[in-house]
Amino acid sequence: MNNRVVITGLGVCSPNGVTLAEFSDTIKKGLSGVSHQPDLEALNFSCQIAGKPVLSDERINEYFTPLELRNLNSTGIIYGVIAGLDAWKDAGLNIENNDEPDWDSGTIFGTGTSGIDKFRWAINKIDALEIKKLGSSVVIQTMASGVSAFISGKLGLGNQVSTNSSACATGVESILLAYERIKTGQATRMLAGSTSDSGPYIWGGFDAMKVCTFKHNHEPEKGSRPMSATASGFVPGSGAGALVLESLESAMARKARIYGEVLGGHINSGGQRGLGTMTAPNPIAVQRCIKAALQNAGIEAHEIDVINGHLTATTKDALEIENWKTALQLPTDDFPYINSLKSMIGHCIAASGSIECVASILELSEGFIFPNINCEDLNPEITALIDAKCIPQTVIHQPFNILAKASFGFGDINACIIFKKYTHE
Amino acid sequence: MNKEEIIEALKTIVQPYSEESTALTQIDENTDFINDLKINSANLVDIVLDIEEKFNIEIDNDSMAKMLNVKATTEIIAQKLEAHAG
Repeated sequence: MNNRVVITGLGVCSPNGVTLAEFSDTIKKGLSGVSHQPDLEALNFSCQIAGKPVLSDERINEYFTPLELRNLNSTGIIYGVIAGLDAWKDAGLNIENNDEPDWDSGTIFGTGTSGIDKFRWAINKIDALEIKKLGSSVVIQTMASGVSAFISGKLGLGNQVSTNSSACATGVESILLAYERIKTGQATRMLAGSTSDSGPYIWGGFDAMKVCTFKHNHEPEKGSRPMSATASGFVPGSGAGALVLESLESAMARKARIYGEVLGGHINSGGQRGLGTMTAPNPIAVQRCIKAALQNAGIEAHEIDVINGHLTATTKDALEIENWKTALQLPTDDFPYINSLKSMIGHCIAASGSIECVASILELSEGFIFPNINCEDLNPEITALIDAKCIPQTVIHQPFNILAKASFGFGDINACIIFKKYTHE
Repeated sequence: MNKEEIIEALKTIVQPYSEESTALTQIDENTDFINDLKINSANLVDIVLDIEEKFNIEIDNDSMAKMLNVKATTEIIAQKLEAHAG
């Protein structure tokens, strides 16, 4: 089996847009979803700004039963279910209450940790000698696979239902795992995506590591500055992105709209050897991952039109560009366009890769390249490597064919995926 | 509180846990939570928590294990209320 795999549905719950239409509009306009967070300020965080999806109770109520809502305290599950169900509906698929599960459809929906607020509540109850009061809702919301379990139950999925976890590479990895499953004929359709909780208990560890910026608490929208000379750390974010992947055969048979094709990709690790550590990437591994992704996808470096980078707004941005350049061996003045969605929404941790892939697929299918914001003052180390014109600061409306997306994560792990515009033959 | 009053209160408590609208309107002593109301067995612990809160009683593990239908549940609630009052 060697099925071609296409994308037929998208869903997103992003700090700058909680519907696909809103998200598509804000990323073209370069609108930031980063805002001041009073709870982080009250808790003496160094970084008091973050990207957090804005959802009304009415919206949430559309996706959960009253019983589920009673004790629901996992933002990651809320974001994941909303993005996941929206992607399913966007693909033109029905949510039916069949007796029999859909044996050919599954989900790989990743996360870093699940229901951290619920976990805190449970721990406090246990320590207060009130173990019995936990009820039945703690396990399903704090198990890592809670999000895929909730989604699967709502959609009646009968194929593989799992949650992957690979730090900030989680989102891209989920899509590659789903792609493999369809390519090898083990599933016809997979909902791929990832989610990440909001709030002080998920972001606190990063704040303590001093990897988040503390210089922009007074101007949240300017805080996330990938590729800027004044980048001073990432802005934490949260949300979820979801994509329906499907065999080309299945998509054509049901006359589904096709957003784009997954040509292939690669996942690897630097093994925390050489320059790689728990938190720093081994450049050799990053370069190998990019090269292997191209090879797996069967394309040449010069065919790449747009790169959607990991680019978090730390001092590592220039190193990432250098790795892309070394891997692709393309000239300074003929480098692909490169952009970072993190400039608008911050770093959505486990959800970053999937939300960024939703943006990438919108760019491919609609024919635009979203602008990088907050890098008016480009880092000179970066402009020494690639021409400034490769880093768009206003939206470019232009059809293109191939986009490479990479995400890198703690643990020295890398994931790179190659998407192609689908031309109806 | 007499048996009928307890059953009335129980109806309100179990309502959110069941989607069997017809069976919900017909709740009586013979109603079984799992067979008749199709309540997910995992939710039985939540119902017990709601009962504890509503009646201001504490239900031990042995009693909890018996609370699978309206009859047994009503009896246990009545017993606990009596013990409480006494």
